[in-house]
Order: sequence, then structure tokens, then C-alpha cells
Amino acid sequence: MKTLQILGTGCPKCKILAETTEAAAKSLGLEYRMEKVTDIQAIIGFGVMMTPALAVDGVVKVSGKVPSTEEIKKILSV
Amino acid sequence: MGSKACCSPEVARGVGSPDGPAAGESKNSRRYLLPGILLLSGWWLLYRSLAPFSGWLTYDVFSLARGSHFASAVEFFVFDTPKVLLLLTLVVFGVGVARSYFTPDRARRILAGKREAAGNVFAALLGIVTPFCSCSAVPMFIGFVTAGVPLGVTFSFLISAPMVNEIALVLLFGLFGWKIAALYLGTGLGIAMIAGWTIGRLGMEKHVESWVYQAVGIGAERDEEEPMSIADRIRYGYEAVRDIVGKVWVYVVLGIAVGAGIHGYVPENFMASFMGSGAWWSVPLAVLIGIPMYSNAAGIIPIVQALLAKGAALGTVLAFMMSVIGLSLPEMIILRKVLKVRLIATFAGVVGFGILIVGYLFNLVL
Repeated sequence: MKTLQILGTGCPKCKILAETTEAAAKSLGLEYRMEKVTDIQAIIGFGVMMTPALAVDGVVKVSGKVPSTEEIKKILSV
Repeated sequence: MGSKACCSPEVARGVGSPDGPAAGESKNSRRYLLPGILLLSGWWLLYRSLAPFSGWLTYDVFSLARGSHFASAVEFFVFDTPKVLLLLTLVVFGVGVARSYFTPDRARRILAGKREAAGNVFAALLGIVTPFCSCSAVPMFIGFVTAGVPLGVTFSFLISAPMVNEIALVLLFGLFGWKIAALYLGTGLGIAMIAGWTIGRLGMEKHVESWVYQAVGIGAERDEEEPMSIADRIRYGYEAVRDIVGKVWVYVVLGIAVGAGIHGYVPENFMASFMGSGAWWSVPLAVLIGIPMYSNAAGIIPIVQALLAKGAALGTVLAFMMSVIGLSLPEMIILRKVLKVRLIATFAGVVGFGILIVGYLFNLVL
């Protein structure tokens, strides 16, 4: 089961990223657990400087932008 | 730097080009060449035809009376709206591509360990080309500070990033000519460097929230990002246009509408009475008014244009613009998470003072 973490302090883009990621994961039929990380210190701990960011199983895959559903699907299928 | 509207796009990590490297890349790049040339020519033709078009539309099609307030306002609006949007699109694309070469990570690595003075200069310059967004101010600040970038140097970056804005620069260039654009660039950088250096000299490290320094340092061993192909960079520029222009155009149109109103209805030299170089208090007032105002660079410039046309002094208007873009109440509130109030106040004070000096200087000299 993959752990998907959305890193962001709550700006609108973070919400969009969360929704898009969820949609992508569902359409792939992935077993996943999604978590929203809003604590600044935790976000820094990932080495992220631009939010929003998406981490899969603890590794940051995208930061600073909201990728399309297709792009997220590609990331999740690896 | 970046518009004050939220985050600009950035490199997607780990997603490289699916095609094989060399062959796929040159094929992709060449695919963009012809459409690119066509688009640019089209852009240029459109741009040149705007002045005659707006005149024709206002006076021939709408049959408005020449010299009437309403006609002036309409012509201004019809002319300026597509003009600004065209300039904006071109600039955001160009800067987007340029930016694909710079990431906050890279900026951090360049600045880490640089001493004051040299560091301030680099930081201010990097602020122009590194993507920046108000919501990223906090993570970026922490990232810089924990990587060993001195506080003053970090501030130089934080000041120049939002204030010396590529959108503002190119719009200024397009509407007022290169001298004014260069002036804005020079003074903006100057303020960023000197204010940052001053804050560094004041030794206010203890006014940074203590947890920041204790934060786990951002791993220096992040994966090196995969180099982007030309095609990737073009796509990056295109996405920048879609994101930024898509978000900003409303403000632009609003700003132009306000500018059109001022242009059409405010009598000549009205602004001179209170924004002219005569009134000594006009510069501080302009700076103060600008602080709570939040506008992205694109929207404020038409207003600037109209104010100048009505007799406002250049220094005062520049001060107003810098204050609106560079000193933002929302950003200061966000920074409260990592900075204690004294430091935020110092930051606003030093930058505000710098803007003031610039305002007075230009009113005196020009």
C-alpha cells in the first residue's frame, strides 16, 4: 500500500493537488493511504521549499506545482 | 521573484522525458521552431495594430466624440487591455523559460556560506530569476537559513524576489521605455541589497523564531534534478503562461479599467496637486498607502501609467508602486510564523525607508 503525502500549508493549490492525487490513485485502483502534511517543520523535513508538494512512500516526487492527473498517474505507477 | 498571486510552476521532480534522450530531444525542439516563429510574428503584428485599432473602434465604430471624457477612457481601455495582455504573455513565457534554469535549491546552494556584502549582491540578483510565491516564503526562508545563508543575505533575497518582478519590468519597458524600467530594476536591487545588508548588520538573529534554527536542516543530498531538455523548458514556459496569465488577467483588466477611468475623467494635473513633487509629504503618503494594498505587478502598472499622465511626480509614483508590490501586509502576516514582530517591523521599516529615499531622490533629480 502506498503512502501519499500532500505537503502544504493550506493554500488553494494544496487542496487541488490533494483532489487530483486522490482521483489519480482511484482511477489506477491503487491501494493507498493519503495524508495532508501542514506542519511547516515536517514540510521542511522533506527538503521541500516550494509548496504544494507530493511525496510517495516518503520520497518527494513533485514540488512547487500541481501536475495534471495524467502526470500524477505516471508518478504513481512507477 | 514572482507575482504576488500564488505559486509559479516549477520542475516536476523525477518525471523525465519518456523518449530516448538525444534523438527525441532535437526532434522535439525543432517541432517548436516553426510554430514559434509564426506565433512571434503574429504577436508583433497584433501589437503594432493596437493603436490604430483602438482609435478606429472608439471614434468610427462607436462614434464617440473626440475629446470627451468617455471617449478617452474607452480608447485607453481598448488600447491598453490587449497591449498589456500581449506583453504579459510574451514576458511570462520568456521568463518562464529562463527560470527553468533556476530553482530555489540552486539559489540556496549558491548563497550558502557567502559572506555579507557579496552575498547580499548575489541574493538580490538571484531573487529576480528564482521563482517565488508568497506561500513559499516561509519554507524558503527556513531552507535558506538552515543551509547557512546569513540572515541579511536571506533578506536581500526575500526583498528582491517579490519586488523586482519580471512582469513589472517588462510592462514598465513596454509602457514607459527602457529608462524607467532600468531605473526600477536598479533601485529595486539597490534597496534589496542595502536593506538586507543593514538588517544583517543589526544582528537580529535572535528575533527569528528559535524553532527555525533548530529545524532539521534540509537534506543537502537531494537528488540532483534531471536536466531539462529544450522541449521541457518550452513546456515549462507555456505552463507558466497558462498559470500566471490565467490567474492575473482579471487584475490586469481591472487595473486598466481603473487606469482608463483616471485617464478619461481626472483632469490634467489633478494628481500634481497632491502627488506632485511640490508636496513633501506625498512620498511618505504614497508608501503608506501602498502597504495594505495588495496587487500583482501587472495590475498596478496601468494605474501607474494613468497617474503619471495626470501629473503625479515620478518619484512618488515609483515609491507607491514599490510599496504596493514589495511591502505586502499578507506576506508579513505569513512571515510571522518564522519571524518575531520586532524583526518584521524592522524589515518593513528598512525597506519602507529605502523606498522613501528612492521616491525623494527621483522627485529631486527628475
